[in-house]
Amino acid sequence: MDELLFHNIDEPALSTIDVYEARGGYGQLRRVLADLSPDQVLEELQASSVRGRGGAGFPMGTKASFLPKGDMDKYLCCNADESEPGTFKDRELMQKNPHQLIEGMIIASYAAGINKAFIYIRGEYEQQADILDAAVAEAYNKGYLGENILGSGFSVSLVVHRGAGAYICGEETALLDSLEGKRGNPRLKPPFPANAGLFQGPTLINNVETLSNVSHIMKMGGAEYAKIGTEKSTGTKLVSVSGCVQKPGNYEIELGMSSREIIEGLAGGPPEGRTIKAWFPGGSSSPVLTPAELDLPYDFDSMAGAGSMLGSGAIMVIDDSVSIVDVALRTAKFYKHESCGKCTPCREGTSWTVKMLQRVEDGLATPMDLDIIESVCDQIMGNCLCVLGDAMAMPVSSMVKKFRPEFETHIEAARAARTPLDEATLADELDLKELAAH
Amino acid sequence: MTTQPAKRFEDAIPQLADVDVPAELQTWIEQRMAMYPDKKSAIIPCLMAAQKLHGWLSPEAVDQVAAVMKLTPARLVSVASFYDMFELKPSGDRTIYMCTNISCMLRGADAVMAELEKEVGVKNGGVSDDGIFLRSFECLGACDIAPMASVDGEFVGPLTVEDAKQLVADIRAGGEVLPSKQLSKRPVSATLWQNGGKVGDYDISEHVGGK
Repeated sequence: MDELLFHNIDEPALSTIDVYEARGGYGQLRRVLADLSPDQVLEELQASSVRGRGGAGFPMGTKASFLPKGDMDKYLCCNADESEPGTFKDRELMQKNPHQLIEGMIIASYAAGINKAFIYIRGEYEQQADILDAAVAEAYNKGYLGENILGSGFSVSLVVHRGAGAYICGEETALLDSLEGKRGNPRLKPPFPANAGLFQGPTLINNVETLSNVSHIMKMGGAEYAKIGTEKSTGTKLVSVSGCVQKPGNYEIELGMSSREIIEGLAGGPPEGRTIKAWFPGGSSSPVLTPAELDLPYDFDSMAGAGSMLGSGAIMVIDDSVSIVDVALRTAKFYKHESCGKCTPCREGTSWTVKMLQRVEDGLATPMDLDIIESVCDQIMGNCLCVLGDAMAMPVSSMVKKFRPEFETHIEAARAARTPLDEATLADELDLKELAAH
Repeated sequence: MTTQPAKRFEDAIPQLADVDVPAELQTWIEQRMAMYPDKKSAIIPCLMAAQKLHGWLSPEAVDQVAAVMKLTPARLVSVASFYDMFELKPSGDRTIYMCTNISCMLRGADAVMAELEKEVGVKNGGVSDDGIFLRSFECLGACDIAPMASVDGEFVGPLTVEDAKQLVADIRAGGEVLPSKQLSKRPVSATLWQNGGKVGDYDISEHVGGK
């Protein structure tokens, strides 16, 4: 498989426009503006069948075609918020090859009639944002951004906007609110951003990796791109593999590659003497899979068919030295922290799930608590404005379901290990003093 | 904040005549506001600029941004309070964000965090007497070097308990922090692992094989 996104990725100074252009960069933009109409670009994107690489997997070309035609302000937001635990692919793309992203954004803007583009990058990626700032300035200097680009009559501005630390701002509508200068609360859909998005105008939101593919799709043609991967999961995918593996890192694979080949082949498998207990196929929001599913092809539909999801393409591996209870608690704590608080099932459900899992961890639970956890997770799913609550409920309930014996053993062992509490400690633990004060 | 409750909305906005705003900050904010169709989009970047200048998002810092942007301090604080990177309490000159999310936890982050607490001399979320702010953080997008930390935006890892000691010592010495563990110096994984984990100054080789 020929690398597309990671081709030449370690070339020194690839992040500078001179090196990028020497490698053929911005050639596609020139050709597109000179020879193709916006609709022809949209056709290629649709022919490629490329699906969103941020987690939702929605066909990009189709989404771009949803924007209404006509003379009005239209927006492109590149979602560079990359906060899904286990995901670190966009970081590498922006750090090493920012112009690949910028060129893709300009072409996509041309296709959808967009005149104002933004990159919403998470605030924690300070160095990557600095690199992007420099690259955007270079692109403006060369006339690839701004008014009347290359004399084509097409104009688009690009602003790099930094976030300030909030996982929920990776959710597309919360991202829009945050970009408008507000707290990052998601919006009700419909209306969808394509019709009413940023500043209530037509907005296209795409992930960094999705947009980075655009110049490659234009170069080879959508139909050729669609030959890579599988029929419904076309193209290459950057997979971030981490956790209990010998060679954690980003790997560019052809979609449909065997999951085992990725985890045990590319990433070297678990450390010597250990075996895989469970793995998240698509970031911490995905239901965990077991060794039984390792031979499944890594693509959108196979992962969905196994009851999980490809998501952001972040594989986290848990080996047999790790307590699944620890993982469940850490997962739940993350979502509880990041819940924006707008919807009751998520705000309350994540908090209560953490409390119950903490009780399981500490030896204060009974097996009934596991049933309550599953029930709470059930009542979160599908009942909120966004899927953050689901993103906790799905993995946690999958761990409780698939590893129930381990949870029950832990409950027994932890209870037995508790020494009888004296009244003062018990009062402390149950916050009785605080209750008495009220 | 303004000390008297405002009787009218306009009075709640600090006036440039009353607030001493450093010229550089004012220029920065004005230029930033001009980049967006709506000036309110600039709130987060402008608050971050003020925080960098003042060391934390103090009432004084908020008032300065409010005066230039012509927005109320209450609106600015309501936005700032949502985001993890804003320090609404006095912070340090140097900041350590130690990731304790799943992949880092799987590779020993909890032990590294405990060591950092010991070396810095504070509990999670505290500021040491010599100005080091230490807190645990959610996934920073660097699981390839787990367990890792962000020191003022520089990602370092994978960290052992010994590295934690060296990290704090490097901060106190005022120079580069763990240069052989900086992510910014690392090639992509495929290249790195082909070379046994060692490329140039970057060395991850002792971590081949898990924690």
